[in-house]
This record gives sequence, C-alpha cells and structure tokens, in this order.
Amino acid sequence: MNRRRLIGLLLWLYVGAVFAFIFAPIVTSFVVSLNVDRFPTLPLGGFSTKWYQAIVEDPTLLPAMRNTLLAGVAVAVLSTLLGFGAAYTDFRYHFFGKNVYLALALLPPTIPVVILGLAMLVFLSQVSLFGKLHSVIISHVVVCLPFAMALVRLRLSQMDPSLEAAAWNLGASQWRALREIILPFTLPAILAALFITMAVSFDEFAIAWFVSGFNETLPVRILAMFQGQVSPRINAIGSIVFVVSMTLVVLAQAILVTRRPKAAP
Amino acid sequence: MKRTNAYGLVLGLPMLVWQLLFFAAPLAFLVVMSFWLVRNFRLAPDFSLDNWIKLLGAGYFWDIYLRTLLNGLLAAILASVLAFPCAYALAFRASVSLRWLGVFLLITPFFTSYLVRTYTWKVILTGNGIVNAALGLIGLGPFMMVNNIFGTVIGYLTLVLPLVVLLQLFSLAYVDRTLIEAAHNLRCGGLRTVFQVVIPAAKTGLVLAATFAFILAYGDYVSPSLLGGSKPPTLSILIVDVVKSGANWPQASVVAVMMAMTLLVVSFAALIFAYGRPKARA
Repeated sequence: MNRRRLIGLLLWLYVGAVFAFIFAPIVTSFVVSLNVDRFPTLPLGGFSTKWYQAIVEDPTLLPAMRNTLLAGVAVAVLSTLLGFGAAYTDFRYHFFGKNVYLALALLPPTIPVVILGLAMLVFLSQVSLFGKLHSVIISHVVVCLPFAMALVRLRLSQMDPSLEAAAWNLGASQWRALREIILPFTLPAILAALFITMAVSFDEFAIAWFVSGFNETLPVRILAMFQGQVSPRINAIGSIVFVVSMTLVVLAQAILVTRRPKAAP
Repeated sequence: MKRTNAYGLVLGLPMLVWQLLFFAAPLAFLVVMSFWLVRNFRLAPDFSLDNWIKLLGAGYFWDIYLRTLLNGLLAAILASVLAFPCAYALAFRASVSLRWLGVFLLITPFFTSYLVRTYTWKVILTGNGIVNAALGLIGLGPFMMVNNIFGTVIGYLTLVLPLVVLLQLFSLAYVDRTLIEAAHNLRCGGLRTVFQVVIPAAKTGLVLAATFAFILAYGDYVSPSLLGGSKPPTLSILIVDVVKSGANWPQASVVAVMMAMTLLVVSFAALIFAYGRPKARA
C-alpha cells in the first residue's frame, strides 16, 4: 500500500512539473518585463516599468495594435457568423457531399500556417487583395471559423432536435424557430466562439506576416522585433498580449462552463 | 424538409463559398504556381517542370526534407511520452473538479501567444540566462541550450505539449473503467494494466494526439528559427527564406506542395493505424 502511495506522489509531482514547464514562459515573461536588466539573469535586478514606457513611446506599435484589434473584431464576427451557419447546416441537413462540406469547415487549422500563408500570398496577390488589412481578415476567417463551427456544433448536439420541430408544429416559421429556439440555446457557444476566434486572430503571426504587406499586425511587429536585439520590451508587449488573449480564452471557457446544460437525469 | 429553400441556403452557403474561394482555391493555386516560372523578376504563367526538377534534384533539399520529418517525429514521440503520465493522472487519479481545472489550465496556454512564449524560452535558456545562472550556483554549466536541436525541441514541446495532454486526457477518459477493474481482479499489475489494457483501449486518441503533434512541429517556423537558430534549416524556414529573399514564389510553392503531400500521406497512415482494429489478445 505504501508503494502505491509513493507512486501516486511521484505521479502528481510529475504533473506539477509538466504544468510548470507549460507556464514557465508565461510567468517568466511577466517577471522579465518588470525587471530593470536588459539581459535578465539570476539574481534578478530591481523592479522597473521602463520597458512598458519604452513600448508606449514606440511609434510603430500603436498602428500595429490598431490593426490587430480591428482585424480581431472583424474576424470574430465573420467567422462566428459563418461557423454558426455551417454548424446549423450540419445539425439539421443531410445532403450529397456533406463530407466535403465538413472538411472545408474543419480542416484549415490542421494545415501548417506557413503553407496557408504562402498560398494566401500567392492567391490574394493574383486577385488584387494582397497587402491590406482585409487580406489579414480574409485569411484569418479561414482558420478561425472552424473553431466557431466546432463550438456551436457541440452545443447543438446537446439540444433535443425535436424542440425545433415542435416550434414548427405550433406554427412558427423556420426563421422564427431559429430566432427563438436555436439562437437562445446556442448563445453561450456563440459568445465563446466570438472570444476564441478573436484570440486566435489576435495571436496569429505567420499568415499575417505573408499577406499583411505594410499593414503589420502586432504579432508581425513582434516577429520583426526578434530580428533586432534581445530586449525586455518584447516581453513587455508580450505580457500585454498574454493578458488580452488569456482574458478572451478564460471568458470563453467561463461562459461555456457556467452555461452548461444540466445533465440529463 | 426535402426541398431546398432559401432558409437553408442562407445559413449553409456562406461558409461553403468563403472556404472554396479563400481556402480551397489558394491551395489549388499553389499547385498551379509550382509550374510557373520567374522571367525578368516577373511571374510568368507556364507549365514547366523546371522548379520541380531543380528542387528535387538538389541534395540540400532532401537534407532539409529528412531533417524536418525527423524533427516532427521526435516532437510527436517526445510529447506523447512526456504527456502520458500527466494525462493518466488527470484521467484516473484526479477528482472531477481537479480534472476540469487541468483542462482549463491546458486550453488557456494553447491559445496564448506561442510567439512570445518561444521568445521567453530564449531569454530563459540563453548563454547567461536564468537557467544557466541557476545551474552556475551549483557549479554546473554553462550549457548551450539555444541555437541547437535542444532549443528547437523545447520550442516544439511548448507548442504541442498542452494539446497532446488534452487529447490524451479525453481519450483516456473514455476508457471503460470496468476493463481496468477486471485487469486488477485478474491480478494484473499496475504498470502491466497500463500497457496491456489502458493504452490499447485508448489507442485511437493517443495516435491522433501524436499525429497532431507531428503536424504542428513539422510545419512550425518559430521554434527552429528562434530557438534552433535557423541552422540547419527546416522546410518552413526554407519557404520563408525563399519568399523573403527574392520573391521566387514558384520555388517556394514546390516546397509547400511537397510539405502538404507529406502531411497528407502521414495523416492518412496515422488514421488507418488509429482506427485499425486492435489485434485480439490471446
């Protein structure tokens, strides 16, 4: 019995180590961004907000931030709309070629972003859509809508399909049933999808690097800063990026967990 | 509800149109582009095998190709092995609320700037960085931990470990508990139960997790360039370098098409393996 205890203890120590590895860079980024040393090492130097002051004064960051936020909002709304439509179509209809339909809706995140980025660059420049903020939006919707589709689809699979049919039988039009049955039921998933897709767009740098031209987004700007010297300024921006994307992802999860339908008896 | 109506089309069609236009068409056009030529610094539509012959005939391409493949395999195997005890503990030894906390703590970093996390590893692991300073206190090092394969692997694990633990956890959660109890009742030891009962029962999910790890690491640009120092390069670095240095898009397209085909083959092989029936045990 004691041996079993020991194995259990070692197992949990190991779990702790894995989570420590996963969170080490996130925690360290915050620490480094608030540390006075340019080349952080042990023992740590004093506390300082100078790296945050430096990024506030950097003239290239504000437009990049603006681009990222604009793109993020547009991508979130568009991909949630398209993803909702696709999830509902999968939930309700059976049709020829449905597998292809679902593949188009779900596959993009499994394609390496470098391949997708190059494909977007080559294609968008042929149809004169390259190098603008809308190029980023178009490409990000492609990779973000699968997340929205999956979230809404999972939620729909928890719904009793006869609810909608009951509404029709009581004389509701299809649109009214959608508005009064489907939309309220999927609302948590829709909100979660908005947050998750915004987070994905907010952090995506590779496709954006290929297609954004001079309209850099924040992650593309950060990538460009890597080419220069090591600087805790990057950690200062990075910490802000962490806070924003973690807030979005935590909000999405909180909505999904608190609004989970009660388990069937 | 057999007849097509405006309602169904309004909801279902926009996604289809969008993905055909901006997902399927660009990928198809990438294949077309690999047969075009660059003349006088301008793209010229053509149907030429030049790019293919030039690239596939170059020894350095196959070096890079093989290295990228091995990197992906290494990441998939390492991540699967390292993740398993963690997923196992969360699936079988944790209370429901602790398991949900684990899921929450795994999902959050997966969606949180991989770029900045990788950069921070560089700060941590660099020559006079935090880890080497700590090791120096006990008289070890300094160790070279970036600009080599070690750094690259740390980056890969940063990218894939949360996802692999999550996918393994989900597949282990669906393993029939009575199977494990039966094994224990038959005096099957703990470790033997894991290898002969739990892993075969969760095989599909475990293989899928490893496949995702492979796909992500195989296509990754950030870890091999930032933590691996770009030397030697991977296929993603090759694509970015070709695009950056002279806009030879047709050649970059050849590399991308080769990558995509490789992933297709690997994914199909993995799917067949994952969904294949486990061999009946005597």
